[in-house]
Amino acid sequence: MTDPVIRISNMNKWFGTFHVLRDINLQVAAGEKIVICGPSGSGKSTLIRCLNRLEHHQEGHIEVEGVSLDGSMKNLESIRSNVGMVFQQFNLFPHMSVLENCTLAPIWVKQKTKQEAEALARQFLERVRIPDQADKYPGQLSGGQQQRVAIARALCMNPDIMLFDEPTSALDPEMIKEVLDVMVELAEDGMTMLCVTHEMGFARQVADRVIFMDEGEIVEENEPEAFFSNPQNERTKMFLSQVLSH
Amino acid sequence: MSAQTWSPKPARPAPANTVGFVGWARENLFATKLDTALTLLCVTLIVYTLEVVFGWAIIDASFSGEDRKACLKQVQGACWPFIDAKLGQFIYGRYPEMERWRVDWVFAIGALGLVPLLMPKVGWKRANVIFMLGFYPLFCFFMLTGGVFGLTPVDTTDWGGLLVTLVVAITGIVGSLPLGILLALGRRSELPIVRALCVAFIEIFRGVPLITVLFMASVMLPLFLPDGVNFDKLVRCLIGVALFSSAYMAEVVRGGLQAIPKGQYEAAAALGLGYWKTTRLIILPQALKLVIPGIVNTFIGLFKDTTLVLIVGLFDLLGIVQLHFTDSSWATPETHITGYAFAAFVFWVFCFAMSRYSIFMENHLSTDRDKES
Ligand SMILES: Nc1ncnc2c1ncn2[C@@H]1O[C@H](COP(=O)(O)OP(=O)(O)OP(=O)(O)O)[C@@H](O)[C@H]1O
Ligand SMILES: [Mg+2]
Repeated sequence: MTDPVIRISNMNKWFGTFHVLRDINLQVAAGEKIVICGPSGSGKSTLIRCLNRLEHHQEGHIEVEGVSLDGSMKNLESIRSNVGMVFQQFNLFPHMSVLENCTLAPIWVKQKTKQEAEALARQFLERVRIPDQADKYPGQLSGGQQQRVAIARALCMNPDIMLFDEPTSALDPEMIKEVLDVMVELAEDGMTMLCVTHEMGFARQVADRVIFMDEGEIVEENEPEAFFSNPQNERTKMFLSQVLSH
Repeated sequence: MSAQTWSPKPARPAPANTVGFVGWARENLFATKLDTALTLLCVTLIVYTLEVVFGWAIIDASFSGEDRKACLKQVQGACWPFIDAKLGQFIYGRYPEMERWRVDWVFAIGALGLVPLLMPKVGWKRANVIFMLGFYPLFCFFMLTGGVFGLTPVDTTDWGGLLVTLVVAITGIVGSLPLGILLALGRRSELPIVRALCVAFIEIFRGVPLITVLFMASVMLPLFLPDGVNFDKLVRCLIGVALFSSAYMAEVVRGGLQAIPKGQYEAAAALGLGYWKTTRLIILPQALKLVIPGIVNTFIGLFKDTTLVLIVGLFDLLGIVQLHFTDSSWATPETHITGYAFAAFVFWVFCFAMSRYSIFMENHLSTDRDKES
């Protein structure tokens, strides 16, 4: 195994007095695809949000691409620009066109020229199959298109790692596939991905490992085949029977 | 089972009596008996009001004359010759007549810079802003106060009328918006000291009447300053008005900031944008757009509050109009009301223009972009 790009060891996090993440240990190799699932409130979002420090952990150690995440960090912005994130609610900037959404960070964080940034943005919009929507505003697009713009926006920073927090949960069934297709392609291109999702088909197709969380702990972790066909833990079995029954 | 083909029905025009003016009137003015009665009542009121106003302002009014004798008819309406005779005073105050061209230049250049700035379609915005915020204030300062480039010095105590109203209002507007934004950001800051200072500033200035602020700025402040340090009275008023309105502005802007979803901050942070870039590029453009009506409301309030500078002995438009009521050569029963009507009309024109412009801007900015993502 190559050197891990993400190392989490004995990490604990509290919201006030609420112990939300408990003794998390996880290593992710470059190019690995991890799917995280688990019941609502189990801390999945919180876990991946700790990886680009949208949330701060209180105990333990997180290292992303060799840089340790803690309060004394100076180059938080550079870590963040290497870790792309896609949200459940898209979080596009509604006052900017699709193209401006995509060029904003390359211009203001990576100091690219407008021309460079636009060329790059058009290339990624092409990749998520919406090259013709570049001049529209987010409010004029369907949910699936918006989420694909959000993916393109993250990709424009040329991140080494992509985090997805339930990217298809806010979408109508018809649109889920168009977003998943883009994510599958991204996975095939070798991107390191951590993805919170309940799309088990996607997990089977692309995941190298599936992680099941409950009550802030990693309960079970396995390759998808073994995870789905032969779960070890009672809690996992119960969860899977609920998720897979529909 | 053979597949059926389905095609949508063609659209038909709406029934004739539901469209056009007749349709509109039926629906909006005479839909029910009550609607009809209200429509007639309102029309009567409008006609009556117009009749009274027109009668006073035009039919019974005097339009020319040299002194009070022109305005002593049996049935006397407005005394417009009074305004005509005093117009110079109303606009320039006691600014020396020979030097009034300087004020005219300041007005003209200001209008020339402002109009293209306000029109979204006209380019060169950056250059224009630099001109209006960098060059223009200096131009106004040297032009109005004089003492350089061979211009006769004119003391600010001689300024008056519309000139003072505009100087105070525009400085207040230009100063209070950025200051208010900073205060609003400070009030939401994660640094406790910054937050406490901003809260204290806002609550103190919002908690006292503007008159008090002006009075303190003009009378009390010099007592605290060391001897020899002496601000011009007008400058002190400008600062007082700007600080006072910035407290209101801060609360308006804070309302807009609160309406921005957390996801916007997170998306910006996840892209690697820092606090100031996020604020400037993501948060403020959305927040300010949301509160345009509140911002303009504050501007309008500020514009009218400039009349309070009278309390410290500066004569704004209203002050100078009132001052001239005491002129015995124009003492008629209609002088007061004509003067007040004139002042009210001038204030109304400016405030109404601001209001219309804000509506225009709201519409302009909302085109196609308003649906949430
Ligand atoms: N900012 C916060 N302050 C306090 N508690 C929080 C905060 N964010 C999340 N929590 C709590 O932490 C727990 C874990 O939240 P998290 O969002 O990580 O769950 P999740 O596994 O992503 O659930 P879901 O599937 O509903 O998204 C929940 O009980 C939630 O109420
Ligand atoms: Mg979640």
